[in-house]
Amino acid sequence: MRHVITVLVDNEPGVLSRISGLFSGRGFNIESLNVAETLDPSISRMTLVTRGNEQIIEQIMKQLNKLVNVIKVLDLTGSDYVEREMALITVTAEAASRAEVLRIVEIFRGRVVDVSPKSFTLEITGDEKKIQAVIELLVPFGIVEIVRTGKVAIARGKKDISSPGKDREPKPEI
Amino acid sequence: MKKTGSEILMESLKQEGVDTVFGYPGGAVLNIYDTLLRYSEELRHILVRHEQAAVHAADGYARSSGKVGVCLVTSGPGATNAVTGIATAFMDSIPLVIFTGQVPTMLIGNDAFQEADIVGITRPCTKHNYLVKDVKDLALIIKQAFHLARTGRPGPILIDLPKDVMADSTEFTYPSKAKMRSYNPTYQGHPGQIRRAVKLIAHAQKPLFYAGGGVILSHASKELTSLAQKFSIPVTTTLMGLGCFPGTDPLFVGMLGMHGTFQANMAISHCDLLIAVGARFDDRVTGKVETFSPRSQKIHIDIDPTSISKNVPVDIPIVGDAKNVLKALLKFFEEEPSPKVTKGREDWLRQIREWEKSSPLTYKSGPCIKPQFVVRKINEITQEITGGNFIITTEVGQNQMWTAQFFTFNQPRTLLTSGGLGTMGYGFPAAIGAQVAFPDKTVIDIAGDGSFQMNIQELATAVQYNLPVKVAVLNNSCLGMVRQWQELFCAERYSQTIFETVPDFVKLAEAYGAVGLRATKPEEVEPVIREALAIRKPVIMDFVVDRNEGVYPMVPAGAGLTEMLLV
Repeated sequence: MRHVITVLVDNEPGVLSRISGLFSGRGFNIESLNVAETLDPSISRMTLVTRGNEQIIEQIMKQLNKLVNVIKVLDLTGSDYVEREMALITVTAEAASRAEVLRIVEIFRGRVVDVSPKSFTLEITGDEKKIQAVIELLVPFGIVEIVRTGKVAIARGKKDISSPGKDREPKPEI
Repeated sequence: MKKTGSEILMESLKQEGVDTVFGYPGGAVLNIYDTLLRYSEELRHILVRHEQAAVHAADGYARSSGKVGVCLVTSGPGATNAVTGIATAFMDSIPLVIFTGQVPTMLIGNDAFQEADIVGITRPCTKHNYLVKDVKDLALIIKQAFHLARTGRPGPILIDLPKDVMADSTEFTYPSKAKMRSYNPTYQGHPGQIRRAVKLIAHAQKPLFYAGGGVILSHASKELTSLAQKFSIPVTTTLMGLGCFPGTDPLFVGMLGMHGTFQANMAISHCDLLIAVGARFDDRVTGKVETFSPRSQKIHIDIDPTSISKNVPVDIPIVGDAKNVLKALLKFFEEEPSPKVTKGREDWLRQIREWEKSSPLTYKSGPCIKPQFVVRKINEITQEITGGNFIITTEVGQNQMWTAQFFTFNQPRTLLTSGGLGTMGYGFPAAIGAQVAFPDKTVIDIAGDGSFQMNIQELATAVQYNLPVKVAVLNNSCLGMVRQWQELFCAERYSQTIFETVPDFVKLAEAYGAVGLRATKPEEVEPVIREALAIRKPVIMDFVVDRNEGVYPMVPAGAGLTEMLLV
């Protein structure tokens, strides 16, 4: 099953490599990984998407927690959360198809961020299904290039993972 | 007053109570070694002959004494040579702090002479590692490193020291606390879980302790022994756990796993309650996971949450320090009326004794020396002469398994062996480290001719410091364990396991300034051991043993624990 995991880490050189090394070394897979600084510049927040059965996810959570630079780990899957991804897509758009491409962009509330005589570059934001739907609709026109950010996710409501003072959670074993 | 990085290193080591450093100098650590001269009264430096041995020696020092082992090596090849030692300590959770030299910060990343990205290389085989970029951070990093090394699940920490950082100076005060917001090991077991465990233990008909190296690391032997004896619970240990429970106690059923005793593997397969303490259900212990201890409920006490339910699902996980949790269990039992040992439990102990009687550890005698006979003799004579004041190290392979089977360990920290990584060449330098920690103990490395040759250069170290380490080489002129696997699983096709030349170990010992003794017949074994133990110098005992001997019982890799090949 697909899990979205949020990790707070020390914002230090080498931390990303500790995390990615953990996944490759132990044979866990990463579907996407996204990192950026939080409001506190000494802390970075990662959003990881991974797959595995319950036992593997439990190991992933525990192994992440064990890293000295990891402050907090939270599995968002199963709780109420919002997930977004952005894609930049350069699609062939010549006279005959320009209007149709623009209509698709409008329907999905995307934006045109670059225009050339033979193409548009589009910015699409949404969850995985939406991005996938846009891509499928654009493929017939000819996608020249595509880049995706990977997912970022946040819990709904006031649930706050970003205060590092508290104990690391979760402790699934008890 | 300002101090240089090198001076801060020395002062910090003193603050941490370090008195011995194992190491090997080089260009990137030139200044550190220069400063070390001025501290030679307080910090003893043992000059090894290969960086791998520096780490193994520090590891042997740490395992035997319970203190943090420290080593210092240079950049590039010095650091990469140390990697095997670091990985060995990591797999067995041994507290070490390894200092590596590094090229000046300006040159890092430039493919400079003797540059290696050792922080990158050792990321997966250290508990944590650091590159010091500013001399102002040095003292805090050292403080944190020692804290990390010895707390929680212990492990090796590496600190990479660029040459210019160590030459820089700053004000020095050693921090009193290693504050780390993201590192908080759990030491106390959850009371609710402990209560559930108590219930299971009280009601079990066929309970069994399965104790590992964690019991030794957390100094929990006393607690384990009293719990086991109080409630007549038999104990099996892993290789790493040998010595955490008295080997002579009638409740001891021996080591379990691939080369475990018949009764231990039968007991684990038939118990109704398995209490794992500081052990991690590794593949050499469980055999085929699906058939591992199928009838039991399982309690698992471990300080590392990742060890729990990693390989085998557990009913009652208890995260915490083994000593604290076992103490808490004892306390719970004291508060409640202690349950009488049921009749069922007597049946259980009787059953285990019957298993032992039906297939005891044994071997067939012959005209040539049997390696098991040598181990038994060393055991007998060492126990008799030293009264228990000894430390045994092993290499890896048949020598290691025969030692585990035929030597009796009654005290923790008396067997030092590379259990997790299985590093050939570990035993001899580890013995040197143990002898440095305990100059008056008898330290014996039970070795094979293959493993011993992997760090044989350390004879020079032993001779230089007059460390009276004894090496018992079970010399079968081949790589015995691999050969045994080839005999069993490759239809006796012995691919690259037979040594066509083996050095004359007696002459070799003499060349290094040590003593060499040899036994080629069974009746020579005892006199050689007695003579060796009487000499206050490093001694190599060359026992020319039967090449065809195998280690049994044996559970083939991937088979269930009851599918043992017996002698």
